[in-house]
Amino acid sequence: MAKSPAPVRPAMSRVRFLGSAKSGTADAWNMRITSIALVPLSIAFVAIVLSLLGKDYAAVRTELGHPLPAILMLLFILSGVFHMKLGMQSIIDDYVHAAQLKEWALIANLFSSVCIGLACIYAVLKLSFT
Amino acid sequence: MKEAEFGASGIETRRPLSPHLQIYRPTLTMMMSIAHRITGAALYFGTLLLAWFLIAVSTGGGAYDVAAYCLNSIAGKLILFGFTWALFHHLLGGIRHAIWDTGHGLEHPQREWLTRAGLVGGIGLTVTVWTIAYLVH
Ligand code: HEM
Repeated sequence: MAKSPAPVRPAMSRVRFLGSAKSGTADAWNMRITSIALVPLSIAFVAIVLSLLGKDYAAVRTELGHPLPAILMLLFILSGVFHMKLGMQSIIDDYVHAAQLKEWALIANLFSSVCIGLACIYAVLKLSFT
Repeated sequence: MKEAEFGASGIETRRPLSPHLQIYRPTLTMMMSIAHRITGAALYFGTLLLAWFLIAVSTGGGAYDVAAYCLNSIAGKLILFGFTWALFHHLLGGIRHAIWDTGHGLEHPQREWLTRAGLVGGIGLTVTVWTIAYLVH
């Protein structure tokens, strides 16, 4: 039987998700995407916090409830928690070697990232809609 | 040094280990790599602070007063200053990673300059932001 030729695959398809395991590089890719997004978003976050300084409670509430700061905060939080979940995961992978402990650490990381993200999003939305 | 471990065959079974931190002479790029990880982990806990603050604002009343009091205290300000620095240091580290990922700036003088720029830039941006904070406040 004729040997089939070596598969020809564009180099980028190997890098973007499509390695032998089909998902092996997804985390690295998502880390990059979120870190690119976080450059402008963290600057926006710092600017929003600066704009809150010296304001009283009512003014802080109003400011955070405006669409632009609220949307920027939501984007910062979303990309931030996604990014930090992946980042902490690689720290755990590097330092926690006992199999069971590692499993629990990864679960705790996922749960706390989701909880922090959801709590922030809930709070920002509440400020906008009430 | 631990003694070598031997299996039943008498042949050394301890797996070879790659050299780790204590073997290398410390360099700036290495310290900055460690700092990137430490600031990343610190920012993780910083997001807890953000969640607390946002929940306090959306709850209002006493919850907001407590948060505002804590964040305005000396300890609160020190933590926020550290958070600002961690964010900027980590952000510049991320940009450095992105540049290195394209294959640029990896040669000797460039990589040292990029690393120093990250260190100095992180401190500079932090001081700038806090100066602005005190000027507008
Ligand atoms: C919400 C703010 C942020 C949090 C909570 C956060 C958290 C983390 C954590 C926990 C890690 C893992 C550290 C490691 O693996 O050594 C990490 C890595 C990383 N962060 Fe962030 N980060 C934040 C903002 C940013 C920003 C603004 C950038 C901008 C470019 C960035 C770029 C990166 C990159 C490129 C890595 C990967 C480093 C590597 O592959 O060794 N991060 N981050």
